[in-house]
Amino acid sequence: MNNDVLFEIKDLEVSYGSIAAIKGISLEVHKGEIVTILGANGAGKTTTMRTISQLLKAKAGSIKFKGEELTKLPAHKIVKLGISHSPEGRRVFGVLTVEENLMLGAFSQSKMDRETLAWVYELFPRLQERRKQLAGTLSGGEQQMLAIGRALMSNPEMLLLDEPSLGIAPILVKAIFKQIKEIAKKGVTVLLVEQNAKAALKLADRGYVLDVGKIALSGTSEELLASEKVQEAYLGKKH
Amino acid sequence: MDTFLQQLANGLTIGSMFALVALGYTMVYGVMRLINFAHGDMVAASAFVGLTIYTQVMGQATSLVAVVAIFLLTAVAMAIVGIILERVAYRPLREAPRLSAVVSALGASLVIQNGIMLIWGPRMRIFPELVPQVYWDFGGVVISMIQVIILVLSLVLMVALYLFVEKTRIGAAIRASSIDQDAARLMGINVNSVIALIFIIGSSLGAVGGLFIGLYYRGITFNMGWQYGLYAFIAAILGGIGNIPGAMLGGMLLGLFNAFIAGYVSSTWADAFTFILLILILIVRPTGILGERVAEKV
Repeated sequence: MNNDVLFEIKDLEVSYGSIAAIKGISLEVHKGEIVTILGANGAGKTTTMRTISQLLKAKAGSIKFKGEELTKLPAHKIVKLGISHSPEGRRVFGVLTVEENLMLGAFSQSKMDRETLAWVYELFPRLQERRKQLAGTLSGGEQQMLAIGRALMSNPEMLLLDEPSLGIAPILVKAIFKQIKEIAKKGVTVLLVEQNAKAALKLADRGYVLDVGKIALSGTSEELLASEKVQEAYLGKKH
Repeated sequence: MDTFLQQLANGLTIGSMFALVALGYTMVYGVMRLINFAHGDMVAASAFVGLTIYTQVMGQATSLVAVVAIFLLTAVAMAIVGIILERVAYRPLREAPRLSAVVSALGASLVIQNGIMLIWGPRMRIFPELVPQVYWDFGGVVISMIQVIILVLSLVLMVALYLFVEKTRIGAAIRASSIDQDAARLMGINVNSVIALIFIIGSSLGAVGGLFIGLYYRGITFNMGWQYGLYAFIAAILGGIGNIPGAMLGGMLLGLFNAFIAGYVSSTWADAFTFILLILILIVRPTGILGERVAEKV
């Protein structure tokens, strides 16, 4: 780990109407790291991700990427800065083909980078096999691959992955997590939100545990794996 | 046979006008899930704007250049009105419940309709004869130059729109925004710009439709938008609202159906049969002929 802070959240607060979802969290991500945010349902993980992408607006606090403040920007400007978001529930464009989805992923670029497309197909060969198929007809796991591939098409410096394991066959989860490691190896910084704490901590360098809108715990993956609290809450019993 | 061919020609003419107007409804619905009830009145306004441009700007010239200029200026003027309409009547209600936007649409419809009456008066005006009255007689089937122009120009515009939406980068942004606005934003698509563009395209196609209505029927009234808007709206639903080729198909089918009922049954009953058709289609295929494209797999 180096001290090169790429991304930083400070005292972030987000509300839905009068209900506070994020109650002042701070975190940072260094260049080249894989950082995970863990937490139960409703802890505020997806809210955090959506606020980073400005799909939700912060009530207070700051979000900085390479020194630039994001909270004042409209959502469509974020990807251009180098942050790409693979959202919860995949949100692929169901009635468009796999290839059209990937081309839209490169929308922020002046033109689609053929090398990136080749790389995405190399990471997820199934996408190439099914490139003419409508995205909505893919299996959940394949849609997740497409969502990640689509996010990579903008050549991001930082990739936001929101619950890539959600509702996906375990064997595909394994394959996808392996490819996330590959993506990170190429120099893409990864911020990963997960409910599957074990898989996420195996992959990540560091992690934060979110609990009803606050950071309950943070540390390296080894520390978190060893922590009694994490073991009890997230690793103890399978559910 | 003569009646058949004659009504076929008439049906295709009015069908292409319905289709042009229906595109405005369907494109706005596609992206915003909103029926822009003011669209029909925008179409009516176009005919009046065209009339004024003809008398005030073009000095009543009917040369080819002048006619093309009237079409272009009217389209631009209505595109601007469309942008303003979206800003004023719909954007502030983007996050509001659906019903609020519908009420706002109805309000906008009344404002435009009364605006036309205020500016151009409540009486019927006669639209200028921009195209020479040339008729061709094919053994009993009479086709006018106006009909040919309406049909050809409509087809050209529809093919151009289809290619634009299906083949270009901006077209892809429109399609993405109509599927999932948040996901589109994550791709870097400015959904507000897409919506403004939809209003520009819809309003200018509607403007061409309004000028065609003036050219074809000659008499224009401040409240005619209600009638033509309703027909185009039915056409959009017939083809599958939100679906661009559907609006084109729905418009053509509705025009043909209307013409054949008028030719073989009675023109007084054409409206009644049109609505019966609509009800039947909605019973058999609630999503319209082509339907909203769905490929979800849970």
